[in-house]
Amino acid sequence: MSVMVARKKVVRKWEKLPGRNTFCCDGRIMMARQKGIFYLTLFLILGTCALFFAFECRYLAVQLSPAIPVFAAVLFLFAMATLLRTSFSDPGVIPRALPDEAAFIEMEIEATNGTVPQGQRPPPRIKNFQINNQIVKLKYCYTCKIFRPPRASHCSICDNCVERFDHHCPWVGNCVGKRNYRYFYLFILSLSLLTIYIFTFNIVYVALKSLKIGFLNTLKETPGTVLEVLICFFTLWSVVGLTGFHTFLVALNQTTNEDIKGSWTGKNRVQNPYSHGNIVKNCCEVLCGPLPPSVLDRRGILQQEESTAQEGSCLRGPGTQEPPATQGPGQAQEGGMKQQDGSIPLPSAVPAPSVADTEKPEEKQRTPGELPVPPPDAGRAEH
Amino acid sequence: LCPQVHSLQELRRSASLATKVFVQRDYSDGTTCQFQTKFPPELESRIERQLFEETVKTLNGFYAEAEKIGGSSYLEGCLACATAYFIFLCMETHYEKVLKKISKYIQDQNEKIYAPRGLLLTDPLERGMRVIEISIYEDRCSSGSSSSGSSSSSSGGGGGAGGR
Repeated sequence: MSVMVARKKVVRKWEKLPGRNTFCCDGRIMMARQKGIFYLTLFLILGTCALFFAFECRYLAVQLSPAIPVFAAVLFLFAMATLLRTSFSDPGVIPRALPDEAAFIEMEIEATNGTVPQGQRPPPRIKNFQINNQIVKLKYCYTCKIFRPPRASHCSICDNCVERFDHHCPWVGNCVGKRNYRYFYLFILSLSLLTIYIFTFNIVYVALKSLKIGFLNTLKETPGTVLEVLICFFTLWSVVGLTGFHTFLVALNQTTNEDIKGSWTGKNRVQNPYSHGNIVKNCCEVLCGPLPPSVLDRRGILQQEESTAQEGSCLRGPGTQEPPATQGPGQAQEGGMKQQDGSIPLPSAVPAPSVADTEKPEEKQRTPGELPVPPPDAGRAEH
Repeated sequence: LCPQVHSLQELRRSASLATKVFVQRDYSDGTTCQFQTKFPPELESRIERQLFEETVKTLNGFYAEAEKIGGSSYLEGCLACATAYFIFLCMETHYEKVLKKISKYIQDQNEKIYAPRGLLLTDPLERGMRVIEISIYEDRCSSGSSSSGSSSSSSGGGGGAGGR
């Protein structure tokens, strides 16, 4: 064995991943770059629940039943758990193609389309596939240099292709895709229930107490109640509506992205080939189906080419780690084919307050991801 | 003298990478992970069509098993939901278990079938489940073979004569 030279600090793959994500806890947590609204969500949930537990619960537990705060706590913990799981996990990012693979695909494309003279805009790169008797087109992503799988989409906020892309949710601070859609759905569902719950029991509390000391006095004693009711009221309209919308999507096995673009409705009358035709089956598949692990090996160790004596420390086969191929800004505009399609990320879950800090360590990661450095690209969710 | 049969380590050390072939995904059955069984022309002279197809078909079978929607996957999903997904801290998902099996299978195939022919399969998991990357190696000591990829010289194709 060769001699181990003192190395610099270990570099993990997440540090070199392209895309506009933030990583925390040494790669265990993965979020979008803008987290402000996510903190607002947390604040509202934690704040409202804190008020609820501190004031109303004490009275109601004594007057009505101790089960009331217990059930609220369960709902709250579940909502927080699913929120953190949605926010911190990999939504299903497809790693970018390594240079070899990208070149291979380019060759294939050129073979089919023929070379385009300099300066001319190349035709859109689309492959046609037939799925369950429907023709589905695969689009080529210029940023990631891959043909996107069906239902995948490139999120311009995070600058990643995401499988089964639903939308980018600023409230959750992450994309919602194949791997975290069920957590997202359970989050808005439990949040709806929590909001309704708190709202109802606030009304009950005010009613009960007003009988004893009068309405105005009640409000004076616990001014937080007013705040809670207001927050819950506005949250109700948005979150419950959103839950209803997503229940509809789940029942039909559609994504928000597809719904907005009208992929399966409208004049073409092309039917959704992914739906099983049965609501129960669709729900089961979307919410309880097998969960693929992340293919971004965030915590894998990046092989340092410079450090000598790396005998046998190859993680896997050849060509695993390559120095990032620097792409200039506007790479995505190559050939003028920006994948912007005007699809608007649907702002989702409005926060309802909750308390607690459940840390959500990510599930075990494995396998290398890609390393090219991407150009930042502001914009909206693309397709 | 050039060794005719390559072990996996020998391959990496003594052979130089000629080219890579990428087997793409097959989306005809939806978004499930399946790979095309179409035989790449670059491998024409390197490996029998049947062996290659069998490898890909077995891999496809593994992936289908991992993504199978049925009683056990629902049970796993519901149990996980009931524990607010904390159970994944101590339990491996069915999918992960199958991926481990796949990894072993690929290593096994490499050692037994592909390395002796100067080829190397890369686990699709390392390529984001997009492609099966097959690296084609040329012997450094084989005479005059350029890295044109497809047609390797007869002397260079390790283990050609005997294996077939």
